[in-house]
Amino acid sequence: MIIDTTEVQTINSFSTSGFFKEVYGLIWIIPILTLILEITIGVLVIVWLEREISAAIQQRIGPEYAGPLGILQAIADGTKLLLKEDLLPSRGDIRLFSVGPSIAVISVLLSYLVIPFGYRLVLADLGIGVFLWIAISSIAPIGLLMSGYGSNNKYSFSGGLRAAAQSISYEIPLTLCVLSISLTCDSSSTVDIVEAQSKYGFWGWNLWRQPIGFLVFLISSLAECERLPFDLPEAEEELVAGYQTEYSGIKYALFYLASYLNLLVSSLFVTVLYLGGWNFSIPYIPIPELFRINQMAGIFGMTIDIFITLAKAYLFLFISITTRWTLPRMRIDQLLNLGWKFLLPISLGNLLLTTSSQLVSL
Amino acid sequence: MTVPVTRKDLMIVNMGPHHPSMHGVLRLILTLDGEDVIDCEPILGYLHRGMEKNSGKPNNSTISTYVTRWDYLATMFTEAITVNAPEKLENVQVPQRASYIRVIMLELSRIASHLLWLGPFMADIGAQTPFFYIFRERELIYNLFEAATGMRMMHNYFRIGGVAADLPYGWIEKCFDFCDYFLTGVVEYQKLITRNPIFLERVEGVGIIGGEEAVNWGLSGPMLRASGIQWDLRKVDNYECYNEFDWEIQWQKEGDSLARYLVRIGEMKESIKMIQQALEGIPGGPYENLEVRRFDRAKNSEWNDFAYRFISKKPSPNFELSKQELYARVEAPKGELGIYLIGDNSVFPWRWKIRPPGFINLQILPELVKRMKLADIMTILGSIDIIMGEVDR
Repeated sequence: MIIDTTEVQTINSFSTSGFFKEVYGLIWIIPILTLILEITIGVLVIVWLEREISAAIQQRIGPEYAGPLGILQAIADGTKLLLKEDLLPSRGDIRLFSVGPSIAVISVLLSYLVIPFGYRLVLADLGIGVFLWIAISSIAPIGLLMSGYGSNNKYSFSGGLRAAAQSISYEIPLTLCVLSISLTCDSSSTVDIVEAQSKYGFWGWNLWRQPIGFLVFLISSLAECERLPFDLPEAEEELVAGYQTEYSGIKYALFYLASYLNLLVSSLFVTVLYLGGWNFSIPYIPIPELFRINQMAGIFGMTIDIFITLAKAYLFLFISITTRWTLPRMRIDQLLNLGWKFLLPISLGNLLLTTSSQLVSL
Repeated sequence: MTVPVTRKDLMIVNMGPHHPSMHGVLRLILTLDGEDVIDCEPILGYLHRGMEKNSGKPNNSTISTYVTRWDYLATMFTEAITVNAPEKLENVQVPQRASYIRVIMLELSRIASHLLWLGPFMADIGAQTPFFYIFRERELIYNLFEAATGMRMMHNYFRIGGVAADLPYGWIEKCFDFCDYFLTGVVEYQKLITRNPIFLERVEGVGIIGGEEAVNWGLSGPMLRASGIQWDLRKVDNYECYNEFDWEIQWQKEGDSLARYLVRIGEMKESIKMIQQALEGIPGGPYENLEVRRFDRAKNSEWNDFAYRFISKKPSPNFELSKQELYARVEAPKGELGIYLIGDNSVFPWRWKIRPPGFINLQILPELVKRMKLADIMTILGSIDIIMGEVDR
């Protein structure tokens, strides 16, 4: 977290007494651990949400035995996967096989560094901001390729290749949309982007300034997360489970985790880039004045900010979960066609429009 | 420094008898070049149970337990063909009421079979939700069957000369309610599926069969009608009492998977029309009315006539088949289901050859997938609508 000067002085006073030097070193881990805890809980919540929403769409009830309303179902699944035997294919490449899922998870986890939950609730307010996410998430296809190749299985190999092709194709429209946002807000730092959307409440969202970009970003991030309608890499009926076929136990859990972490980070980025981040967004209501009285405490304001960010992220989560259970799957060549021949020109056109409007406004 | 030359071989993948796609135990050996399919070899026989040999042993009246296991999704048709063949052989008359009841059951079974074709077809394409919706409707049909026959799926209902028992009280009204509800269900499917651009992209132009090619390969059923040939055994043969209803053959011209899909959806709607007409026109009306009318008059009332019975004469266990041979066929939802029967002047037939529609329709699969992508195999296989129970027997 960004710690302002008073707190630094307090900590420095500790550091004068030598014993506390070690503790001082450790304090910086606490926000990181907090964030990891938050996103793990977030993944559990998303898993529960997906099962409940898909059950509602399919006219049945979701999990109801593990905990009240089935909220402990995800923990039960995770525990089961932890206790399973870890199978290794006998003639596959064991090192690649083992490292593959880890790379996929690590690249997604690192993307959480730049997501702001509030004005000062961001792990690293970097100058390059959003582009850190785009750069690091490009490492994930390497992990998928490693898993697919190391499994010594033709289905997995095909699945890994398809996944890599899909990820690479949809990165470009994604990057171009983010570039348009950076142009609009004059900075790539996530905190600055959210601040730029705070002026007119609801009407200050980037959603209204970049409607085409919003749609392209939605589709591209669904494709990056490999959710239906773009989930050909793990199309059950054709490839059994694609690159995940030979995995069991904790490595399978890592893939599962990576998939939902990716979904969560995409939805948080949608809120940050297009839906106004932590801003309260209902204009002309005196409630913020009320909160300003409590701003000395700070914590209440911060909680509200986190809550607002998560509530907005839920919208995108809901859309992606309902889309998964409504639409059929696209074939790989149609998928790649959509990415290269349809979304790429549209995002380029969006970028052109944005730059020309920036020129005009200047 | 020489760079090692990479061998460019084709990849042979085995889509084994076990796979998550819901087509039963069909093994496909595919030769792939990346994503394109070069060749496909289907291997059958994983569900072979010796049905034809087993049919030689049991009695004609006890064979019903076997026949429903051929095509276990459209069970009334297998029972119908089992009793139609000896009826034609021995020239047994079927009362008109029994004929109407048979038609209602057959059309309900056709709807059930098409529904359970639609679910896995959409699941193979990737949309997993219609699978749950079709079971909702199929449950209603199961309930109707259970009320009339006692069993949800493997009914032992058809007998030589009619049906086993008359319809219970209130069945006809329940069936009317089902028809009304089902029409709204079909509209729901149209909205969700038929105009969905992703679905159309997956299905349009995939697996095209020309009209002449379809006839040469011996296809039947919706595969034939989707290629432009208006051939429906219910109009050609005029068996049971289909000629008393007002309905049309559903057919399309293109011959691709989308055409087959549209033909089957259209057939479901036509079946509902037929059921409604049959329910209204059944001789004697609902059973409760018929019973009351029979009790009303003293003796020799017209309501005891042949036309109002549900079976002509209960066949004896020693029902002998004379020494003739014939071929009987029905229009099953999957195609033309036929029995070639050679009688032997005894209780057991000399030869009982089953002509399953799935077996004959499956022959065209290698031809259709030759230039398609890997993902299209499932679409084409789904649109052929096979069921391994009758392919392997």
